Amino acid sequence: MSQTASTAPSYFIPQPSTWPIFGSFALLFMALGTTLWMNDVGEGKYVLIAGLCLLFYMMFGWFGTVVRESEGGLYSKRVDVSFRWSMSWFIFSEVMFFAAFFGALFYMRVISVPWLGDLDHKLLWPEFNAAWPVAGPGITERFETIPAFGLPAFNTLLLLTSGVTITLAHWALIANNRPAVVRWMVATIALGVVFLFVQGYEYTHAWRDLNLQLDMGAYGATFYMLTGFHGFHVTIGTIMLIVITVRCAKGHFTPTQHFGFEGVAWYWHFVDVVWLLLFIVVYAM
Amino acid sequence: MQATHDHAAGHDHGHAHPTGIMRWITTTNHKDIGTMYLWFSFVMFLVGGVLALLLRTELFQPGMQVVEPEVFNQLTTMHGVIMVFGAIMPAFVGFANWMLPLQIGAPDMAFARMNNWSFWLLPPAAALLVISFFVPGGAAAGGWTLYPPLSIQMGPGMDLAIFALHILGASSIMGSINIVTTILNMRAPGMTLMKMPLFAWTWLITAYLLIAVMPVLAGAITMVLTDRHFDTHFFNAAGGGDPVLFQHIFWFFGHPEVYIMILPAFGIVSEIIPAFARKQLFGYTSMVYATASIAILSFIVWAHHMFTVGMPATAQLFFMFATMLIAVPTGVKVFNWVATMWRGSMTFETPMLFACGFIFVFTMGGFTGLILAITPIDIQLHDTYFVVAHFHYVLVAGSLFALFAGTYYWLPKWTGHMYDETLGKLHFWLSVIFFNVTFFVQHFLGLAGMPRRVPDYALQFADFNMISTIGAFGFGLTQLLFLYVVVKCIRGGAKAADCPWEGARGLEWTVPSPAPYHTFETPPVVR
Repeated sequence: MSQTASTAPSYFIPQPSTWPIFGSFALLFMALGTTLWMNDVGEGKYVLIAGLCLLFYMMFGWFGTVVRESEGGLYSKRVDVSFRWSMSWFIFSEVMFFAAFFGALFYMRVISVPWLGDLDHKLLWPEFNAAWPVAGPGITERFETIPAFGLPAFNTLLLLTSGVTITLAHWALIANNRPAVVRWMVATIALGVVFLFVQGYEYTHAWRDLNLQLDMGAYGATFYMLTGFHGFHVTIGTIMLIVITVRCAKGHFTPTQHFGFEGVAWYWHFVDVVWLLLFIVVYAM
Repeated sequence: MQATHDHAAGHDHGHAHPTGIMRWITTTNHKDIGTMYLWFSFVMFLVGGVLALLLRTELFQPGMQVVEPEVFNQLTTMHGVIMVFGAIMPAFVGFANWMLPLQIGAPDMAFARMNNWSFWLLPPAAALLVISFFVPGGAAAGGWTLYPPLSIQMGPGMDLAIFALHILGASSIMGSINIVTTILNMRAPGMTLMKMPLFAWTWLITAYLLIAVMPVLAGAITMVLTDRHFDTHFFNAAGGGDPVLFQHIFWFFGHPEVYIMILPAFGIVSEIIPAFARKQLFGYTSMVYATASIAILSFIVWAHHMFTVGMPATAQLFFMFATMLIAVPTGVKVFNWVATMWRGSMTFETPMLFACGFIFVFTMGGFTGLILAITPIDIQLHDTYFVVAHFHYVLVAGSLFALFAGTYYWLPKWTGHMYDETLGKLHFWLSVIFFNVTFFVQHFLGLAGMPRRVPDYALQFADFNMISTIGAFGFGLTQLLFLYVVVKCIRGGAKAADCPWEGARGLEWTVPSPAPYHTFETPPVVR
C-alpha cells in the first residue's frame, strides 16, 4: 500500500466483477463432483477436479485484483479498518467451526462413552471397558495412540517457534528492514512446511503401524477430524505465508500500511492456538 | 423491484458498466444485490409453498391419495430447508442490503464485491437442492433437522443437501461479516450506535449470531457426511458415538437460527410502528438491550428441542427455565410496540396492518412457545402438530408478515411508485385470515395427539386437517396477489414522494424515490 492511500476516498466500491460467478460455478462443480465420486460414480473425480481448478483460477484472479487495487492506492485508512473487522470476524467463525469438533470430542469422552460403559449397558456389551482412548463397544479391533511427548511435542515446538519468527518478521517490517522480513518469513514458512511433513509422517505411522484409522470409533473419528482440519488450515496458512512473503519481497508493504501481512499473521496465530488446544485435549490428556 | 436506474449520473470513474444479464451477474451495487436477494427469496418462497400445498393436499383426507410416503417425507424436508435457508433468510439479507447503507448513510456495503458472491452462491445451492429430487432415492427425507440415523442411511440426495447447506452457510457467513463491518465502520458522521435505526441494530446482532452458529452447522453436517462415507462413528453408539450428539450440535446452531429469522423482523416492525403511530419508538434503549439479551440467551436454550431424548432432570430444568427467561426481553419488545401506539395518531396503511398483525399473531406463537418450554407439557406435545402450529405462528405470522410489512413500507423508496393500497389491504386481510384457518386448527390436532411428518392419520383428525388444507390453499393463492401488487407497483402507479409516510424518520427518506443508483457518496451528517 502506497503513500497515495491517504488521498483515497474514505470508502472503496469495486468495479463490477466476474470473479464471484466463477467461484459459484466452482463450488457447484465441486459439490456435484464430490457427491458423484462418494457414491461410486468414478467420473465425479473429474468434475471435482474441474471445480477445484476453477476455484484456484478464481482465487488467483480475485486476490490479484485486490493486490492491484491496494497497490493503486484505492484503500484508505477507513477501508483498512473494514479489513481488520472482517478478518477478526472471519477468525471468530473459524473458532466456532473447530468448537463443533472439540464439542463432539468432549461429548463422546465425557458423556456418551462412559454411558456406554455403565451398568445398564453391560447387558448389551458385557466386555466393553469404557476407558479412554477407546474405539467403542461395537469395535473389536485394537489400536494404539500417538504418545504426546514424541512427535506432537516436537510439532508444538515448531508452531510456537513459527509464532515467534512471524513476530520478528513483523518487527522487521515496522523497522522497514526488508531483507530481514523476508528471512524471518522464509523461516516461518519452513517451520510450517516441516510441521506438515511431520504430521504426514505421523498419520502414515498411525494408520499403518498403530492401526489408528478413521473407522476406529470415537477416538479415530475425533483424532483425524480435529487434526485433519487443523492440518488443512496449516496448509492454507502456509500458502498465505508464501504469498505474503512474495509481496514483502516485492515491496508491497510499508511500515505503516501492511494489513495483508497482519491478517495472515493473525490467521497463523489462530492456527497456532488451535494446535495448542489439540495438543492438550487430543494428545496429552 | 428495480426502478429505472439512472445509469448516466453519479458514476464512479466513468467506467462502462455491463448491461443486460451481465449487469446482474457482475454487479457490486448494494441495491442491485438487494433486489436479486429479494426476488430469489420470493421464488424460493413460491417453490417451498408449492411443496407445502402438496403436503396439505395429501393430508386433505385420511388415507394415501396423492404421493407415496417416501415422497411425502422428501416434500416435508425440502419444504423446511427451502423456506428457512432459501426464502426467509435471504429475504432478510435482501432487506439488509437495500436498506442498511441507506439507513446509516453509507455509500454501499463495506465489501461490495464479496457481497455479489454472497448472493451468487445461493443459485448453485438451490440448484443442488432441486437436482436432489432426481437422484436415486430422491431428495433428503429426514426432516429439515437431518437427524441421524435417518440422514446417515439415505441416498445421494442427502449428500447434495449437505453440500447445499455448506454453500448456503458460506454465503451467510460472508454476508454477515459484510453487514457487521458495514454497520461498525461505514456509519455517517454523527450516527452513533445508539442513534442507529433499530433495523440496523437487530441486523448487527443477527449477523453476530450467524457468524457464531453457521460454522457449527457446517461442523455437524460434515460429521454426517463422514459418517456416511468415511467410516467415522460420530453418531453411532457401536463406535462410542451417539445420535443425540448430532441433536446437541444441530440445535446449538438451530436455536440461534430461530432468532436469526425473527430479530430482523423485530427491527422492521420497530421501524414501521413509530412511523404510522407518528410517535418516537417507546423505549429505544431497552429495545436494543432486549435484542442483545435474546441473542445471548439463544445460546443456552438449545436442548429444549430435545426434552424427550432422555436428558438428566437437572438439564431439563435448566433448559426449561433458561427458555422461559427469553419471554422477558421478548415481552419488553411487545410492550414497547404497544406503548409506542398508545395515544399515537395512528393510521392503518398496509405496512401498519401487517405490523399490527405481526404483533398479535406472533405473540400467540410466543405463548405457545412458552407452553412448549415447560418440560412435562413438551413431553406430551413433542413432535405433534402443536409444534408445527407453534413455529408457523412465529415464522409465517412472525418473520413473513414482517417481511411483507417491510416490503410495503419501502416499496415506494425502491420503485418510486406507491403500491395499490386497496389490494395491499386485501392481501393483508386474506393472509391473516387464511393463515389462522390453516394453522390455528393445528393446535387442536397436536393437543389431540396427531404426530407431525406423517402422510396418513386416524379418522378423528379428519375435520381439522380438511380445514387446514383449505386455509393453506387460500394462503398460497393470496401470495399471488402479493406478486401482482408488487409487479404493478414496479410498472407504475402514483409517484412516491421522497418520504411518502407522514411519520417516517430516517436517512433513507432523505434520498429521492426511487433511490438513485448511488446514494450517500458524500456521507450525510447526522444531527
